Amino acid sequence: MLKVESIQNGIVIDHITAGKGMEIYHLLDLEASGQSVALLQNAKSRKYGTKDLIKIEGTTIPSRLDILGYLDDKITLIYIQNGTVDKKVHPVPPKELKNVIRCQNPRCITSIETDCDHIFRMSSSGKYRCIYCNQEIHMKSHSHSDKSVMIRR
Amino acid sequence: MRHLIDPLDFTKEETLWVLDLADRIKADPSIYSHVGDGKKLATLFYEPSTRTRLSFESAMLSLGGQTLGFAGANQSSATKGETIADTARVVSCYADIIAMRHPKEGAPLRASMYAKVPIINAGDGGHNHPSQTLIDMMTIRQRKGRLDHLTIGFCGDLKFGRTVHSLVNSLVRFPGNAFYFISPDELRVPEYLVEDTLKPSNTTYHEVTDLEETIPKLDVLYMTRVQKERFFNEEDYIRLKGTYILTADKLKLAAPDMPVLHPLPRVDEITLDVDDDSRAAYFDQVQNGVYLRMALIMSLLGIPDPQTKEEILSC
Repeated sequence: MLKVESIQNGIVIDHITAGKGMEIYHLLDLEASGQSVALLQNAKSRKYGTKDLIKIEGTTIPSRLDILGYLDDKITLIYIQNGTVDKKVHPVPPKELKNVIRCQNPRCITSIETDCDHIFRMSSSGKYRCIYCNQEIHMKSHSHSDKSVMIRR
Repeated sequence: MRHLIDPLDFTKEETLWVLDLADRIKADPSIYSHVGDGKKLATLFYEPSTRTRLSFESAMLSLGGQTLGFAGANQSSATKGETIADTARVVSCYADIIAMRHPKEGAPLRASMYAKVPIINAGDGGHNHPSQTLIDMMTIRQRKGRLDHLTIGFCGDLKFGRTVHSLVNSLVRFPGNAFYFISPDELRVPEYLVEDTLKPSNTTYHEVTDLEETIPKLDVLYMTRVQKERFFNEEDYIRLKGTYILTADKLKLAAPDMPVLHPLPRVDEITLDVDDDSRAAYFDQVQNGVYLRMALIMSLLGIPDPQTKEEILSC
C-alpha cells in the first residue's frame, strides 16, 4: 500500500468516492495552487471499501471547498493544525454554484452569450436551477467526468 | 432601480398597485398623456412580435414619451456577435427604459445585470412574459372582480407557454386559487412549476387531457397557442398544433360568466364563432395591455401618478 507523509498544517479531503479525486483536484484548481498536494486514488477505506483522498499542505484554503457538498456527499474535510486533527466537517451543498456546471438547456442565454457565468441556485425544493432559464440540474445525475457539463477553471 | 424580469420581482402588494394604476389610466387616459414627456423607451426585439412591441410603443407614446429600437435580431448588432451585456450597456446610454424580447431564456435577466436603466422582460423564449401576466391579471380582475378563490383552467401548450408559467406563479400568491392544466402529455406544465411553485404553496391543481369534461368546472379559461417556434422538430409541432380547439359549442358547457383569455396571436385554437360571445376576453386583454404597460413604464421610471401624487414602486 502506498504511504503518503502526514501533513503538519493543511486539509485532507477524505472519503472522496473512488474515481472522483482527479476531477475534484481540477475543479479546486489545485494544480495552480503552488501548495504541496497529494492525490491518492483507490485507497483502502474501512467505510466504503475504496476511496480517493487529497492532502493539501499549507495554510491557504482552496476557495471553492463549498462545492464539495454538491459534488460528493460522502466527503469529509479534515483540518490539520500542528500535526493534529483540528476539526472534521462534512461540507453542505452551497446555496449557489457558480461556474461549476454548465446549463444544458439549448434555449438558455448561457448557450450563446460570451463570458456568461453559469450560475445555479438551490430552489425551495432543494434542487439546483439555472438562474437564467430555471433548468434543473439533477444532483449526481451526470458523470462528473463529462466535460460538457462540468466547468474547469 | 427596479427591473421587471420575472412576475415575482414585484411583491403581491406592488402588483396590485400597478394594476390599480392601470385601472385609473384606463378610466381616463388623458390625465396621463404628458407624464412621460422627454422620456425614451427602447424596444429591443430579437424575435418577431407584433402586438407586444406595438403595445409597448403605444404605451410610451400615450404617456408623451418617445420610442426607438429594432424588431428582429437581423437588425441588431447581435448579427456581429455583440453580447447581451454589451447591448444593455450601450442602449442604456440612449434610452430611459428598455423592453427586451429574446428567444433565449434569461436574456433580459442578463441585460439587467449590466443596464443602467430599468429592463422589462417582454418575453424570453418559453420562460417568462411578466407584462402579459399583469395584463392577464388586470383582465381577470375586471371580469371576475377578484384574483382569489378562482378555479382557472389553462389549455394547450403548457410546457412552452411562458404566459402560463408566469400567471400561475403570480396567482398562487392569492388565496384559494385552484388550477386545471389541460394539455397533451408532451406539453404538460414543466416540472419546476410543480416542484417550486404548486407543491410548496399547497395549491390544488389537476393535470387533465379533456377540455370538454373540464370546462364546466372553471371560473376562468386561459387558452394558449401551440407555438411553432418552440419546437426543434416540425413533425412534433404538426402533430400537436390542433390538439385543443375551443368552439362556440364547447363554450356552451361553460359558466355564463367564465371569461376566455388568450395571450394572442391565435392560430386555430379558438374558432371565430367564439369572438361574438361576451365571455371572449382576449381583445379586452389587448386594450388593457396598453394601459397596463403605461402603468408599468410609469412605475419603473418613478413617475408619480398625477391623481394620487404618489410613486407606485419604491425604486
